[in-house]
Amino acid sequence: MATLLTAGTAAPDFRLHVTPDQQLSLSELRGRPVVLAFYPADWSPVCGDQMALYNEILPEFQKFNAEVLGISVDGVWCHEAFAKDHKLHFPLMADFEPKGAVARAYGAYREEDGVCERALFVIDARGQIAWSYCSPIAINPGADGILDALEKLPKQEG
Amino acid sequence: MTQLKVPVGPADHIEGDESARCTLVEYGDYECPHCAAAYPIVKRLQKHFGKKLRFVYRNFPLSQMHPHAESAAETAEFAASKGKFQEMHDLLFENQEQLGSGLYAKLAEDLGLDAKELQEALRAKMYQAHVRSDFTGGVRSGVNGTPTFFINGERYDDSFDYPTLMGAITAAIGESA
Repeated sequence: MATLLTAGTAAPDFRLHVTPDQQLSLSELRGRPVVLAFYPADWSPVCGDQMALYNEILPEFQKFNAEVLGISVDGVWCHEAFAKDHKLHFPLMADFEPKGAVARAYGAYREEDGVCERALFVIDARGQIAWSYCSPIAINPGADGILDALEKLPKQEG
Repeated sequence: MTQLKVPVGPADHIEGDESARCTLVEYGDYECPHCAAAYPIVKRLQKHFGKKLRFVYRNFPLSQMHPHAESAAETAEFAASKGKFQEMHDLLFENQEQLGSGLYAKLAEDLGLDAKELQEALRAKMYQAHVRSDFTGGVRSGVNGTPTFFINGERYDDSFDYPTLMGAITAAIGESA
């Protein structure tokens, strides 16, 4: 396993495609917490896979005003088809070119398989990593750790 | 180890004895094919372990994926309010292919319940809060898909085929002896 960036580190900024004609930077989301969920691949053959689960739990994340971003090395068209099929209501980012560059910056790239780890980051409103966790690749980490971390963030003003 | 955050209590549908040495909690979705596959396995485990095993079913409807999951869960909760949870739970899994208002009405009648009252309860979302509370409790406990099982309060991450699950329960019973 790669060594994950840990709490207290500034979250490396990135700019990636979220749709075929749209890009998003992490820094654009400053001012609210971000849940960054690296995962190995779209289309894993299970019901309630990690992204589908977060889609169901989205209202819980929104209670913390948090933005959820899924990220894998799949390309934009793959993400688009996957998101449409699973009716996902949050963006999937394509860490596609150069492949896995963002995952590498976060210590969340799995060299031997050429995919992202199942690595979770909660980034606070100032862009600092507040919590990170890497799950064994076969185990969907769920959302309890993310929600615990969001709960521990200092309350936002306003 | 990921732990069950909401202890088994009066709001739960419990099958089996409080003194059972093992409590198996399932978070399930009536429209999920994997839960339907797990259903006869749990039945077999209950038969095998008898009084040593207590079974608790909680709702975890993946509504974005399964359009009937929420209404089926609320139908089971309606039946629970009439003392017929187990019967309805079983029938919903046995008729998973036909989930929908027509089936709910038929099953209610088969169980001697008032189908009109059920329809009204679903329309008024009377049992939505119970289902939602199961769901959020599951999220906080690390439920990561359906079915997710907890054995004596610990999330079970292994396969739920009969021999594997039976082995894990046997071990849990041994530890609590």
